[in-house]
Amino acid sequence: MFKVILPALSEGIEKATISFWYHKEGEQINKDEDLVELVTDKAVFNLPSPCSGIIREIFFKEGQTVDIGEVIALIEEEK
Amino acid sequence: MSMYKSLDESLILDLGCIDFSSAYEIQKEVFLQVKKGLFNKALIICEHNPVITLGRLSRKEDMLVSFDELKERNIQVVFADRGGRTTYHGPGQLVVYFIFNLEFFKKDLHYFLRYLEEKGILFLSVFGVKGVRKAGFTGVWVDDKKNISIGIAVKNWITYHGMSINIKEEAVNNFSLIHPCGMDIKMVSLEQILQREISLWEAKQMFLSCFKNKEVVYV
Repeated sequence: MFKVILPALSEGIEKATISFWYHKEGEQINKDEDLVELVTDKAVFNLPSPCSGIIREIFFKEGQTVDIGEVIALIEEEK
Repeated sequence: MSMYKSLDESLILDLGCIDFSSAYEIQKEVFLQVKKGLFNKALIICEHNPVITLGRLSRKEDMLVSFDELKERNIQVVFADRGGRTTYHGPGQLVVYFIFNLEFFKKDLHYFLRYLEEKGILFLSVFGVKGVRKAGFTGVWVDDKKNISIGIAVKNWITYHGMSINIKEEAVNNFSLIHPCGMDIKMVSLEQILQREISLWEAKQMFLSCFKNKEVVYV
């Protein structure tokens, strides 16, 4: 399982809000395809999928605030 | 539409007065060009026909009038995939979209927001106006009134959307229809600050002059 971690978006910024999941659990996703959209202050950041595979678990709902470095989803990598 | 390159080889497009949605389609095309590596960065400057745009954090209470009233006034309402809440664009306002590949700049969202504010402050200083930042309230302010609004989106570490600068007095009148950025604030135009007429052409030239020095653009 590939752990998708919320990356550092900006120096001194410790949290971001999940605004939109582009896919649901169980769906196939390709590497570099948009996975989730995050919001911080006046910036929207689109996080691409780090690998191709099936999204097995999404840990946070839209509107929830997440700490940088937290695991936000699990993707079962394509062999 | 005018297209030219600045001294440091970035792409600059002047779209004139254009609908927000049409300009968004052009932003997407330019975004792909930057993604392909044809340019490290691009600026798109334009004016929009009257439109209220809703950012990702917009709330219902940001609107002070009904959709029917907006329709009567010929003002569109459009969702925008940018940060921030609700804002207005219309004639007399200079809109600048920044399509920058942050791989060649600095991969830091808030650093880029501060960079845009810096550009806005530099632009105002060309007119002898002192613009300032307000901690926690992104944008450029003059005497507690907001002149420049900022909201960006980032995909693959390439930015899009950008800033809007209120130049002519008519640009700020329709802000009374909303709570700009969800706040109870006053907007001000450059014409109101300077008490003289300023053409959009003059504003565009002055704004672009802030980008002709490589040292200013690259950090």
